[in-house]
Amino acid sequence: MEARDAIAASGLAAGEARPRLGAASPRYGERAIKALLAVCAAVSVVTTVAIVASLIGPTVEFFREVGVFDFLFGTNWSPTIAPESYGVLPLVLGTLSVTLWGLVVAVPIGLGAAIYLSEYARPRVRKVLKPTLEVLAGIPTVAFGFFAFTFLTPLLQDIWPGFLGTEPNVFNAGAAGLAIGLLIVPIIASISEDAMSAVPGGLREGAYALGATKMRVALRVVFPAALSGVAASIVLGVSRAVGETMVVLMAAGNTPNLSLSFSESIQAITAYIGVVATGDISTQSFEYNTIFAVGLLLFVLTLGMNLVSIRLVRRFREVYE
Amino acid sequence: MRLPGSQRVRLATAGARAETAGALTRQPAGERSRSYAFHALLLLTISLAVLGLAILLIDAFIEGLPRFGLDLFTEGTSSLPEQSGFLNAILGTLLVIGGVIVMTVPLGVGAAIYLEEYADKDRWWNRAIELNVQNLAAVPSIVYGILGLAFIVRGPLDVGFVVLAGSITLSLLVLPTVIIAAREAIRAVPSSIREGSLALGATRWQTVRRQILPASVPGIATGVILAISRAIGETAPLLLVGAAVFVSFNPSGFFDGYTVLPVQIFTYFSRAQDEYIVLAAAGIIVMLALLIAMNSFAIWLRNRYEQKW
Amino acid sequence: MTERRQRQGDDAERATRSDHVGGGHGREDGGGSAEGALPSVQETAVESQRRKGDPAAATRRDVLFAIEGLSVRYGSQPAIENVSFDILENNITALIGPSGCGKSTLIRCFNRMNDLIPSASVEGHISYHGEDLYGPAVDPVEVRKRIGMVFQKPNPFPKSIYDNIAFGPRILGMKDDMDGIVERALTRAALWNEVKDRLDENAYGMSGGQQQRLCIARSVAIEPDVILMDEPCSALDPISTGRIEDLMIELKENYSIVIVTHNMQQAARVSDMTAFLMVALDDQEENPRGRLVEYDQTEKVFTRPSDERTELYVTGRVG
Repeated sequence: MEARDAIAASGLAAGEARPRLGAASPRYGERAIKALLAVCAAVSVVTTVAIVASLIGPTVEFFREVGVFDFLFGTNWSPTIAPESYGVLPLVLGTLSVTLWGLVVAVPIGLGAAIYLSEYARPRVRKVLKPTLEVLAGIPTVAFGFFAFTFLTPLLQDIWPGFLGTEPNVFNAGAAGLAIGLLIVPIIASISEDAMSAVPGGLREGAYALGATKMRVALRVVFPAALSGVAASIVLGVSRAVGETMVVLMAAGNTPNLSLSFSESIQAITAYIGVVATGDISTQSFEYNTIFAVGLLLFVLTLGMNLVSIRLVRRFREVYE
Repeated sequence: MRLPGSQRVRLATAGARAETAGALTRQPAGERSRSYAFHALLLLTISLAVLGLAILLIDAFIEGLPRFGLDLFTEGTSSLPEQSGFLNAILGTLLVIGGVIVMTVPLGVGAAIYLEEYADKDRWWNRAIELNVQNLAAVPSIVYGILGLAFIVRGPLDVGFVVLAGSITLSLLVLPTVIIAAREAIRAVPSSIREGSLALGATRWQTVRRQILPASVPGIATGVILAISRAIGETAPLLLVGAAVFVSFNPSGFFDGYTVLPVQIFTYFSRAQDEYIVLAAAGIIVMLALLIAMNSFAIWLRNRYEQKW
Repeated sequence: MTERRQRQGDDAERATRSDHVGGGHGREDGGGSAEGALPSVQETAVESQRRKGDPAAATRRDVLFAIEGLSVRYGSQPAIENVSFDILENNITALIGPSGCGKSTLIRCFNRMNDLIPSASVEGHISYHGEDLYGPAVDPVEVRKRIGMVFQKPNPFPKSIYDNIAFGPRILGMKDDMDGIVERALTRAALWNEVKDRLDENAYGMSGGQQQRLCIARSVAIEPDVILMDEPCSALDPISTGRIEDLMIELKENYSIVIVTHNMQQAARVSDMTAFLMVALDDQEENPRGRLVEYDQTEKVFTRPSDERTELYVTGRVG
């Protein structure tokens, strides 16, 4: 009986045939909260719009003076020393060489670590190693730059074999690249490991049941099945290496250099922006516009890679989840 | 369901079949030694990764030890290296990061709740927001510096090279990271909890406020701490929004000139005298100690309190 | 009788099925399993309906849900099509049928849980006490306050036992005598004696059967009119299942209950009315969707079905 009473109290009166199912209140609060939360989410869109807007204005100014073709395919970058020249290729090659040396380190180490963690490591080892890598991923890049300059470069100079030519400069692409490689190992390892762990156990067991060794299973079953995740991790690692500023600023030098050199001083895209920014520049100067043009190039390059990697990650998530 | 996926699975199964068929006819001894070699190779790679990072820490420690002492925390920037410390930089970092926390936590968690609990994934704009957040998380940090320089220091906001400019710039930088981490924490709450609450006549917000958020707090806290520690170590964008300007006084508010710990390290490093490089190394020790402590705490928090469903 | 069974408390949780017999609602048929020969669904239906008295009484009640031409699709995929029947008050109405026939989809229409799936679209009419459940002025939140739901997997909140029960009343603004509300709800779900000394412990520490009874108590606590149960026992052992079935029969006095079950014995044991749904294909032999085949008194559906497909299903030859 008390149940009936309570129902009566909550709107379904005993004598009343029809219950009231309309909202007790218009719930303005609920709607306001939803709108407020949507505004929070929209901040990210505003950020992107602001990034693009802030880059485009001065870049347009820049291209009033410099031809687009001269900028993209010019081979001499000399924005301050007369005769001024604004060919961005030396900066692009600088970034590329650092990235390349970084990948030489990061891809084998990152993938090896991923296979080890996903296929070989015992749960207890894994439980220690994964968080360790995560903590190390939080080391600030300024520390990597310092490491490249004070440890890697002297080490390379010491062990440099004569047949490779002149020993590395005080500032050189190689040391910066190796440090960046170390920096992106955790990225490659953790995304690849996610992808490998997502491969269904059934595939592995099927192969083990047929007598395959652990190595065969890892290389021929798990690795191909996790390929899109592995690719995503590498693309994201490249994007990170291309966008890295402090390491190249501190260890790779500030000499625009049209080569994929290891031992010479170079200047990367990000380093140029950093150098100009730390100097005293007036907003009226043309040099101010150059960092936006170069910044837009950097943004477009990394945007392309990010979108590719996001797509690849989604693909492996879709397949196995 | 999609073709590429099933193809890949088929590829993998075919690989497995071919390999195992081959394995059965092959010399087991050779196979075994190759397997051991592979295992050793993997151990080598993971040791290299950990070793490399360990050497990085040790190098900074050895370089900076001679200069490590209490005066790092009590002295500001001075014209003489032996009288210089990081006091003003540490205060600057505290102010900047305080601003970052105030801005990113509500915005980031709010956006995550919207995307996970309210957004209809069939609407293109919600998918666009999602893609946008993922991309922003991977935009190079120096690009945020350019944004800060053009829109916050100058341009529409025009606040000048002050603490607030650094705070806003870093907030925009770590916001996507906070959103992604908070979304993952919210997504980890099983939908049966959501349904159970809604089936009791709770509204969306009551469900979020009383069930989803309490259950995802440890995950969100972990994500926020990791994001904040990233903000503490971030250097490049702050070079563009004023932290690199020579500052010898302690900032006392959001509209003061400032420098922060990692930028001060870089500034000392750039002076290229041995005394200053040692000082930079000492600064790195201070910063790494702080960050490793924060990160370890975040990961401990996650392992300790995360609900296993 | 009820009290006696409750006093057995925790012991009964560990008791065997035959110990349990006689304690509750005279579940004599249950003892058969110990001896080996299981009663057929038909025997169960006849036996349990006989205990209830006049089976036809179940048809002489007011209409709770009037379902007319109900079709649900997920995107372009049809789930159920053109279902029409009346669910009556203070009955236990069972929805049975093979998997994929849309039983769960149907039951989730009654408290508008399908609204949570953006791609779901509902056509046709369901009226609840004569009120259009999908009318423009209807607020799903209000609907769910009156029409509670218990899910397939026990889903207690990661909170204390007390807070699990108190959550619903609190959000509905019931503030007075929360302890009393919690005690009444747990008592009604036959759980009070087992948990009264550990109300502040986390609900995740309970057994699966206890968790499910907690979920029932949770929905009872807000004094709903109807309780929907979507395969409430599918994740539970036979003893816990028996307890929940007893509970349903008790709750029937105050509430209307709709239950989805894939277990025909269960439908035969507890329900007054049974609706049988079956998968049908379209002209191109594609797009499987659920259709209502037969709806009648439970005993009739199991012993004298009017449709041949029902007979094949309840005798275990199809499905």
